[in-house]
Amino acid sequence: MSAIFLLLLCLLVVATYFAGRQRAAAMRNGSNGTTLFHSLPSYHGLLLGTTAFLVGLFVFVALATPLPAVAPWAALAAAAAAAYGFSTRISPEFRARNVFERITLGFLILCSAIAILTTVGIVFSVVFETSRFFREVPVLSFFTGLTWAPTGSPPVFGFIPLLAGTLLITTIAMCVAGPLGLLAAIYMAEYASPTVRAIFKPVLEMLTGIPTVVLGFFAALTVAPFIRDSGVMLGFTVSAESALAAGLVIGMLLIPVISSLSDDVINAVPQSMRDGSYAMGATKSETIKRVILPAALPGIVSAFILAVSRAMGETMIVVMAAGLAANLTANPLSSVTTMTVQIAMLLVGDHEFDSAKTLAAFALGFVLFIFTLILNFIALRLVQKYKEQYD
Amino acid sequence: MTELRKKADPALIKRRYAAERRFRFYGLAALALTTAFLAVLLTDIVSRSLPAFTQYSAVLEVPVDPEKVDAANPAAGDYEGIVRAAWRELFPSVTTRADRRLLNGLLSGGGADELRRQVLSDPSLIGKTVKVPVMLSDDADLFLKGQMTSVSRTPGEGALRIRTEGENYFLSGQGLAAGTVVLADGGAFRIAADGEQAPAEVILAPAGAADVAAGQWQVMGFGVAESQRKLNDRQAVWLEEAREKGVLDRGIAWNFFLKGDSREAEQAGILGSIMGSLMVVFITIALSLPIGVAAAIYLEEFAPKNRLTEIIEVNINNLAAVPSIIFGLLGLAVFLGFFGMPRSVPLVGGIVIALMSLPTIIIASRAAIRAVPPSIREAALGVGASHQQAVFHHVLPLAMPGIMTGTILAVASAIGETAPLLLIGMVAFIVDVPTGFLDSATVLPVQIYLWSDLPERAFEARTAAAIVVLLLIMLVLNALAIFLRKKFERRW
Repeated sequence: MSAIFLLLLCLLVVATYFAGRQRAAAMRNGSNGTTLFHSLPSYHGLLLGTTAFLVGLFVFVALATPLPAVAPWAALAAAAAAAYGFSTRISPEFRARNVFERITLGFLILCSAIAILTTVGIVFSVVFETSRFFREVPVLSFFTGLTWAPTGSPPVFGFIPLLAGTLLITTIAMCVAGPLGLLAAIYMAEYASPTVRAIFKPVLEMLTGIPTVVLGFFAALTVAPFIRDSGVMLGFTVSAESALAAGLVIGMLLIPVISSLSDDVINAVPQSMRDGSYAMGATKSETIKRVILPAALPGIVSAFILAVSRAMGETMIVVMAAGLAANLTANPLSSVTTMTVQIAMLLVGDHEFDSAKTLAAFALGFVLFIFTLILNFIALRLVQKYKEQYD
Repeated sequence: MTELRKKADPALIKRRYAAERRFRFYGLAALALTTAFLAVLLTDIVSRSLPAFTQYSAVLEVPVDPEKVDAANPAAGDYEGIVRAAWRELFPSVTTRADRRLLNGLLSGGGADELRRQVLSDPSLIGKTVKVPVMLSDDADLFLKGQMTSVSRTPGEGALRIRTEGENYFLSGQGLAAGTVVLADGGAFRIAADGEQAPAEVILAPAGAADVAAGQWQVMGFGVAESQRKLNDRQAVWLEEAREKGVLDRGIAWNFFLKGDSREAEQAGILGSIMGSLMVVFITIALSLPIGVAAAIYLEEFAPKNRLTEIIEVNINNLAAVPSIIFGLLGLAVFLGFFGMPRSVPLVGGIVIALMSLPTIIIASRAAIRAVPPSIREAALGVGASHQQAVFHHVLPLAMPGIMTGTILAVASAIGETAPLLLIGMVAFIVDVPTGFLDSATVLPVQIYLWSDLPERAFEARTAAAIVVLLLIMLVLNALAIFLRKKFERRW
């Protein structure tokens, strides 16, 4: 029904556009060029069409719930009437372009506001459900609890094991991605010949483009068994779903994140600083270590922070390769769980909004959102400061 | 005044140059390691996926019995029954109920589909004998592809003595132990217990009960013990026998491309999830492209430099880095909870992904608009265009290639997005291919996640194959973006 309505409305809008344009053009041509129109005929048409569309849509939305049967027809009639009413105003003096441009500007502002609305939506939905959760579970026991057993009876919601698991996996990932990403960025920015750049840049870009569900499959089916087998060979007890496997693969995912951001900031260091260092007799690596890296440090730190935020929010790799058991441990060979895994596990399947289980997922989402928000904010500020320094 | 070093210390220079070379090597090693990782990842997945693109079927001469398939109502015919009968025909010595069940188990539940399709499209086949491929089950398929166990045949040493007592066979020869499978005289036996005269179960009846000379009989060995695999020794011998008779055919697994999800690995396909992905992406583009470009135009061209604009900008940058699963929470609480939209539908998935890719598109579009030199704008304004005319008629067309490139990249990452869709219920088991935006559906990455969780071995290859398809789609999109960038990029 609404699809047919939309189609009819669009037809009406197109028709009014042509009608308005026709009328204005006829008026102008009729005067043999003696009257000067403020706006081009097409603007009269556009204004008419837009008016018809907005009026039609408004009436439809307003009537859709109380009178669903007549809403489409009433909306079409109202749209046609509005277009007819406006068409009588077509005259040389009528500033159709200005009115139309004001409507366009309104649309542009509305679109920009959607970004704000999204944030507001996120904050409201998460905060609202979280507050309901904390009505059932005391805040202190959530943030200091050492046991996480949402499906037990009674369920226990202690956040610390999840935080520990998240931090453990993030640390492993950063141990991989930090050095590799930074070294790769330095090499790409300072040493690589155009040919070498042409080889490795697509590699890094491809790695960025690989969906995380693919990396998760790889982590679970190839990396985890490999780590378990080699661990067993060396005499360690390794869990089938070790934090190490998930952490390593997330680290691989983060290499291009760190390297592309660091590459940008290293390139932004003024050439004069390099030249100054070379003039003092420093080798290339000495220049990099003592001049360029300190100068680019804020940018590099922000790249690392963004990578940490990305690692904490990473979901599919940990869902597929890390475990569900909320162990409070710092052993990378054991199975741990993360905030994102628990959010996904608590909310997959049928659920009602009243159980503490569901609400706990929102509380975790809230904590994760705050964490990443703070990290992103710091990183963005650092980059801004850094840009101001050299621009 | 400290001492001035007149001449450089050669040892120091050597050390410094060595450090230089080391540092350079570390950088190259980091890149090489990353490349190696990517190479291992891709080869691993591609090699795992290859078996899923082919499927074994048995090409059988099936008599379409008019008693089983009524010409008046061919749709209700017992196609499965006649196909099974034709399959058992190949193994006349298999007679017991248990064995027949094992033998039927080698055929897929959808094995008769091809025959049914042919008969329904041409009812004149009823009463004739049709040569038709019958799909084998996923386990039989795995075995024939050599993925379940390795199979070896070693010639037996010495003569094999066969003694019969009524229906019972007793074998004696060198190296026979309980569990050994012996091929002799066109038949096959499985030694049931150790002994000088070992009692043997008949898998395939031999031509006669005569002794077999040295070198004329074989022992069939399996790399994986019978208890560790889905098919037992008898089924394995039958499949080998069918292979020797030349009735097996390895063809392209069209099911994989043309069917929806299924519990049976050999019948599970990706068409349903690809349709779901297409719908989600359609909605994502339809929403995020106009909104993103409009927002970028406003922020870059019209927004006054004030506090509110700054807040919007910071906000967009922050949104770009919010974890995707948080958008799933948004979709769950707002679209499903507050607006009461249905679960599992591409419409909601598309909206959520659109909100998620919006910041990326806005940022890319702003960069593209900013790259258009001010002279274009000023020239338009100079000949009397309004600000909006200058932007929409002159700046925007020039920025379009950049905007499209950014959008395609955003869409490519949207296609691979999984986590938020899990939360809004697009993770259900759905057999039917969705036909509308309000049908329950799943998307390709979620299908990959679902399959990766299944215990059946055959799904592993299917998962990898689905990944290969997903990666190919992304490769095409990225190539398109690079092509657009190369073709339309203008340096001012």
